[in-house]
Amino acid sequence: MAKILIQSTTKIMRDVCTKELVNDAENGVWAKELWEVLAESGMLTVAVPEEMGGTGGSWADAYQILRLAGKFSAPIPLAETFMGNWLLADLGVDATNEPLAILVNHLEPFQFRKGQEGWIVCGAATSVPWGRNAAKLLVLGESESGSVLGVMSPEAVRITSGRNLAGEPRDTVEVQDAIIPESFVFKVDPGKVHERLLFTGALCRTVMMAGALERILELSVSYSKERTQFGQPIHRFQAVQHHLATLAGEAAAADTAAQSAVDAIEKETAKASISMAKIRLNEAAGIMAPVAHQVHGAIGFTHEHILHQSTRRVLSWREEWGTETEWGEKLAEQLFDLGDNELWSFLTW
Amino acid sequence: MRSLPSPSGHFSEKTELTRAEVREFLRLETQRGSFVPKCDTWLSGFSPEFSQKLGARGWIGMTWPKRYGGHERSALERYAVIEELLAAGAPVAGHWIADRQTGPLLLRYGTEEQREHFLPRIAKGQCYFAIGLSEPNAGSDLAAIHTRATKVDGGWIVNGSKTWTSGAHHAHYMITLCRTSPFNPEKRHEGMSQLLVNLSAPGVTIRPILLTTGEHHFNEVFFEDVFVPENRLVGQEGNGWRQGMTELAYERSGPERFLSTFPLLEELANRIRQSKDKQQMVQVSKLVSRLWTLRHMSIGIAHMLEKGETPDVAAALVKEMGTKFEQQVAEIARLLIPSSPSLDSSNRLDQLLAQAILHAPGFTLRGGTTEILRGIVAKGVVGK
Repeated sequence: MAKILIQSTTKIMRDVCTKELVNDAENGVWAKELWEVLAESGMLTVAVPEEMGGTGGSWADAYQILRLAGKFSAPIPLAETFMGNWLLADLGVDATNEPLAILVNHLEPFQFRKGQEGWIVCGAATSVPWGRNAAKLLVLGESESGSVLGVMSPEAVRITSGRNLAGEPRDTVEVQDAIIPESFVFKVDPGKVHERLLFTGALCRTVMMAGALERILELSVSYSKERTQFGQPIHRFQAVQHHLATLAGEAAAADTAAQSAVDAIEKETAKASISMAKIRLNEAAGIMAPVAHQVHGAIGFTHEHILHQSTRRVLSWREEWGTETEWGEKLAEQLFDLGDNELWSFLTW
Repeated sequence: MRSLPSPSGHFSEKTELTRAEVREFLRLETQRGSFVPKCDTWLSGFSPEFSQKLGARGWIGMTWPKRYGGHERSALERYAVIEELLAAGAPVAGHWIADRQTGPLLLRYGTEEQREHFLPRIAKGQCYFAIGLSEPNAGSDLAAIHTRATKVDGGWIVNGSKTWTSGAHHAHYMITLCRTSPFNPEKRHEGMSQLLVNLSAPGVTIRPILLTTGEHHFNEVFFEDVFVPENRLVGQEGNGWRQGMTELAYERSGPERFLSTFPLLEELANRIRQSKDKQQMVQVSKLVSRLWTLRHMSIGIAHMLEKGETPDVAAALVKEMGTKFEQQVAEIARLLIPSSPSLDSSNRLDQLLAQAILHAPGFTLRGGTTEILRGIVAKGVVGK
């Protein structure tokens, strides 16, 4: 399945997800056509079994699609919708082709209380990706009888628009006495859901960054071949070659790290692999973005040029779902648990 | 754009069993005190006894045909064995070049007689080789070599010199790249051949070039009318350049390009585990993430080599990034734990740190300087 998926997703992204579409999205236009084409092709419900309204396929397939979405700067909540659908599938709810947002607040959890028509929900979440575009909200919160996850429509919420460095919606969503019918509220183990969201979210950003970094390398290579200075294409200059080598190295490392983490999803090593991959991808983003801009000269620093669509994304995504320090702390815990001289067996596990 | 290596799948169960065997062997050997783990042992850890033990275990010449003393194991099994040896800081310098480069070169280009003569002895850990590429005026620009072999009755007469030759003072033979036709400025890479030169032959002089530490690993090797019999030509006369380049692909992609300072990293983690300093461990975790990634890239290349592909660009890339990482380990370690690095310190961290810091300048030089490798990578991705 993977090969066909990659081919058709690449085609969709090439045809529909143009420079203009990405720029328009930044100005608040919902990328309706892109979303619909992906929905029709079954790309939004990958890794959800067919009997649950999904397309089937594996998580690895889904991450391949996400990688391409990252590569083409697709301005849609694909990662969030995948994550939402996977959560729902675990609860026995059928997959949806609508854009999803997940509302979580660690400090002041959403409160659920029983009302006459169902559950009444209060609370707020910040930096919600594509909150304003979501057709369904997954709300994780607490009730008298324990932790619950509710699925609600966005009518009764207040949204304050916000955005990340790349101009992608990261909204504040306030829920004030919204009512969710009984059948849309599920008991959950909060620890498990939080952990799952954290690791899945980090892996989603990781593969998206790997895609975007590949794009940054490609743009830089082709620019260095087209642009001439002092009578020859700039890739002939040793200084530029060294920049290209840095970009190629980091992009290859990024790809390897992301792919290795995806390969480990169902293994015992998944947590360590995702931690290491996010750290490595964040690092690669920090190294590649300035070098790519240096290769492009002034033109790459303009809104006119397409480079910023990818560089601003990787610089945003490296903060989302954990910085190097946050994941470094998680990995450090695992390193503390090892015995003396066990680092090597940890790495070769 | 040329594609770069995609990461490995995993090692087979059989390979993991071999890995476990090596690990147990190393544990017993360390316990027995047959070696003290050190940094950079593939350059500096010379121990014929240890090499012969590995040979007896079947861990040299692992992939070679059985009829030449090999063991017909997969390239990935070999990979697992050598990464275990390097991570443990075991003394492998004696047979390293012969196992990594000479064996594959002879299997690919050597004559039947050469294979039968050399390979079984290499596989036993008894016959060591040196690389004869660099010359005083030809380092990264190998086409500038001057060492010349003149055809005479029954063989060649070699004159010239080689430099930076690691381990020549221990090695029995050198694969020597020399000119067998006059230099043609239009075709700089033609007219070179590889000869197997017996380093104890009359006319060979080996002079040490000491490292900054005073340690003796490098040498300058002089050839004065050295006779090399006809049957010691490797491959085709005039094809030496291409053969030498194939050799370099093996030289650049292996785990020795990012594990030279692993014993220091392991000890650093041990120390921080004792002090329980979380912020320090966070710094280590970044190094660990780098290493994990490099290892997967390198395994990806091992898979490519196994399939018979020549991943020259990818190999250059791993070498370039890997050797920088090796240096980084030393720099970060010294900042995390205040120490007084010294080669003869009795404190393990001080000692490993001293080895790493003093050997570090060499990491980004040997096997092609970082700058030359970056040029290769850039040309590779530009696709010209």
